Amino acid sequence: MSHCTAKRSWPSLGCALALLICSHASVGAEELRIGFLAPTTGIFAQVGKDMVDGFQMYLDEVKNDFAGAQVKFIVEDEQGKPDTAVTKARKLVLQDKVQTFVGGLLASTGYALAPVSTSESIYIIPVAASDDLTQRDAGKFPYLIRTGWTSSQPSHPFGQWACDQGYKKIAAVGADYAFGYEVIGGFQKAFESCGGRIIQKLWPPLGTKDFGPYIPNLKQDADAVLTLMAGPMSLQFPKQLAAAGNKKPVLGGGTSYDEFVLPAMGDEVLGHVSALQYSAALDTPRNAEFVKKYRAKYGKVPSYYSETNYTTALMIHEVLKRNNGKWPGGPEFIKQLSAMKFDTLRGPVSFDDLRNPVQNIYIKKIEKKKMFGYDKDELWNTVIKTYPNVSQFGQFNKAEFLQQPVYSRDFPPCKFCE
Amino acid sequence: MQSQWAKILAVVAAVLALAVVVPFTSSFVILLVTRALAFSILVMSLDILLGFTGLASLGQAAYLGIGAYVTAVLATKYQFGLGYDFWLVVLFGILAGAVLAAFFGLFAVRATGVYFLMITLALGQCVWGLAYRWNSLTGGDNGINLSARPKFGIDLSHDVTFFYLVLGFFALSLLAMYVMVRSPFGASLLGIRERELRMRILGYNTWLHKYIAFVIAGAFGGLAGVLWAHTAGIVSPENVVLTTSVDALLMAVLGGAGTLVGGVIGCFIVFGMREYLSTLVPWWQYVLGAVYVLTILYLPMGMMGIPERIRQGRASGRPNAKKLAVVPS
Repeated sequence: MSHCTAKRSWPSLGCALALLICSHASVGAEELRIGFLAPTTGIFAQVGKDMVDGFQMYLDEVKNDFAGAQVKFIVEDEQGKPDTAVTKARKLVLQDKVQTFVGGLLASTGYALAPVSTSESIYIIPVAASDDLTQRDAGKFPYLIRTGWTSSQPSHPFGQWACDQGYKKIAAVGADYAFGYEVIGGFQKAFESCGGRIIQKLWPPLGTKDFGPYIPNLKQDADAVLTLMAGPMSLQFPKQLAAAGNKKPVLGGGTSYDEFVLPAMGDEVLGHVSALQYSAALDTPRNAEFVKKYRAKYGKVPSYYSETNYTTALMIHEVLKRNNGKWPGGPEFIKQLSAMKFDTLRGPVSFDDLRNPVQNIYIKKIEKKKMFGYDKDELWNTVIKTYPNVSQFGQFNKAEFLQQPVYSRDFPPCKFCE
Repeated sequence: MQSQWAKILAVVAAVLALAVVVPFTSSFVILLVTRALAFSILVMSLDILLGFTGLASLGQAAYLGIGAYVTAVLATKYQFGLGYDFWLVVLFGILAGAVLAAFFGLFAVRATGVYFLMITLALGQCVWGLAYRWNSLTGGDNGINLSARPKFGIDLSHDVTFFYLVLGFFALSLLAMYVMVRSPFGASLLGIRERELRMRILGYNTWLHKYIAFVIAGAFGGLAGVLWAHTAGIVSPENVVLTTSVDALLMAVLGGAGTLVGGVIGCFIVFGMREYLSTLVPWWQYVLGAVYVLTILYLPMGMMGIPERIRQGRASGRPNAKKLAVVPS
């Protein structure tokens, strides 16, 4: 009896197997597995949501179809911790066997994730702006490419711009970590090389809520204040600065006034100026459409975090288009991508030989106005000047630039501080 | 005594089961178990203070940190500890943890209760401050990447090999700590936990006993640090920050303080939720929160209190137990 059933089940098993193979073949298309690391819990959860939403929005637009390749999008929570990010990246590489993992928020997370990249699973960096990954350490990590920016990239033209405004002395307040050093350091180098002076540098710890010990110490003879805030600090600092009766112009690094926090800000930030490679208020038809669609879908204006991830998805798509929906392999992917030119939401983007974008940097002033047909007065980062095609070295000579150490708490030294 | 042997057998069986089963699981699970094992050495070292001596420390991550930084700095700056000299690094890590604890103990051990908590917190933050600010040595906020694991005859970059190494260290640490807490010295620690004044009257130098326990805990913390550095592949101030100390404390309490094994269970639960469950569902934090709350409410002895709890439940089902329960009312 049992013998009989066994005999009978063989053909059906064979058929099932054949079916399995058939069904697999009939799908035919290659599966592209993209791992995505963003902090979806913890103090950076809001930023993490913007990152995921940006990427997801592009995938939804093309229905997860990259030139025939079916995209499997795997989001992992990196919790804003480098350590966790590495574990999750290894999960993506070992278990999910992703062709590429994308993401990482903090500069320190970027440095931590770089060694995880291999030729099988390359690392694409839309956000983490750690300078050295595409500067002095670029040779160490051949399997990563950056689609976002380096921390100091917007700071170089911004320093020049500050000189052009006639500022002579500036006092700086920056979050006490790598990203802060690199943004402020880049500004200082540019500003001092055109005759300005940074007369003070204060470093409140990342996550500071009460700036009481810092604001009264700001030097009174400064012409302007330069700030670099991140996460929830961005909201607190301008409020407390205004409450202290500040009348000086305020300049900020991109994340101080990015749209992830701008809608929550009040009139105290009107007239503040910052520099970044994107603004939601970029007045191009493409961006207007993007902002409206994003806002309709997620209920808020896109931030640079949304844009850079949307654009990253688009770039991966473009490379796959060239390869007829086949993943060309990590090294080849990087080679092709870095040779391509894109017309993106943030403007034209190409890559330098260290695999970092060359792109427009926008000087943006916060204004209250109506935009894109919305009927309420809102805060927008209005672009007041565009520096086209800025590389990560800005106005400086690449070779000389790479000779100097990476920007840090002590570099450039504060020559004019007392 | 009978039940003690049963418990030992259960633990040995569990360790052996890990050794046999884990290599056949997915590579990600191997990685997670290795991480949890390395970290649970730190949790057990904290349990010596918390569960056996009655000293709740909020600075245990400092020893993990110093062990990890010693490993990372030697490996990246001097290429030391990537071959057979790895064993020297293990020794250095243990010594570094012990020396740091010997120094901190001078300030901390005289305090008790909440003051001990505060002093260890402050000292732990000092180490964090150093790690964060001493850029030239520690790489500041970016931390230090370890490019490769040691190779000596065996290649530790192979995850299964490394898992066995960590499991070996874990088993040895558990054994050593178990022998220690069962020794007369361990008994004196228990005495101090229960009533320090009485111990002093009995002629014990309680300060010295606590100090030695503190140093031993630091030494094991240093060992955990060496393993952690190679497990994670990155050492950053995140390893030394207050939340890491709090994590260790929570894990010990969750599993059951004063049991050594409890801390390990707590460690596996937390790592399982935070690093495995979080890959499956986005609401893992609620589960973790619920586990904490329910443990505090219903299992004041932690997970290790569950058998006791069941026994009580059974006992209260019996008639004589009911009678007992009636008496107070």
